[in-house]
Amino acid sequence: MNSEKNEMELSFDAVSENESFARVAVAAFVTHINPTLEEIDDVKTAVSEAVTNAIIHGYENYRGYVKGGEGERPVPVHQGKVYVRCRLEGDVLHIEVQDQGKGIADIARAMEPMYTSRPELDRSGMGFSFMEAFMDDLEVESRPAAGTIVRMTKKLGSTSWIACGE
Amino acid sequence: MEEFQIIENYLMVRLPEEVDHHRADYICRKADRYLLDQKVEHIVFDFEDTRFMDSSGIGIILGRYRKISCFGGKVYAIHVDKKVERMFRMAGLNKIVEVLA
Repeated sequence: MNSEKNEMELSFDAVSENESFARVAVAAFVTHINPTLEEIDDVKTAVSEAVTNAIIHGYENYRGYVKGGEGERPVPVHQGKVYVRCRLEGDVLHIEVQDQGKGIADIARAMEPMYTSRPELDRSGMGFSFMEAFMDDLEVESRPAAGTIVRMTKKLGSTSWIACGE
Repeated sequence: MEEFQIIENYLMVRLPEEVDHHRADYICRKADRYLLDQKVEHIVFDFEDTRFMDSSGIGIILGRYRKISCFGGKVYAIHVDKKVERMFRMAGLNKIVEVLA
């Protein structure tokens, strides 16, 4: 087990195009320690949930991608940055996803499975549940009007995953 | 390949490679337009091309289920892999959606 440390930091605009960028970047950051494919998928899903929350709820940029020629008007974007910081300590990955958006008034309620503050948006309310399930550890710090920090940890390359057929 | 197709009273939705919030918004609105304009009773979501999904995918299905189930419509999910099925189970979706591998 190596105890080497490696860190990276990203900041990007709070727009839905960057959701895939963020999860792919984090996945690429950890590839050299040889995580299993399942672990990579878990990390990508957790990052996607946290970043999507920052964009939709933190900055209220709830509209996703609009296909050209569909007669949709472009939606104004609320300015804001999402910050993703990763630290590898040996085979343990620490992820921090931060926004400086509107914050969460009731964190316990936000973390309840199936709860969504925006039922009109077709959100499932499963974001925090998936982060909790796919990572080893989840911590949420938030202050209304100041923003939210989600901290997640996962030990990689640890589970013996038996390959499953396609 | 058509993303949206109507076969009899079924709306077939072929989901993209990555099902996240960025894509989900468009899929929801387009599917709802079909539900409103055409006489469609049931929806089939095809995960054949899907390699990544987050909770936005659960939101797409749950939202459409709410819209059609009160009229007796059914939701089906086909070509569902283990990852997607695990998320379905966690969200309790396997109780309301007919899942076929």
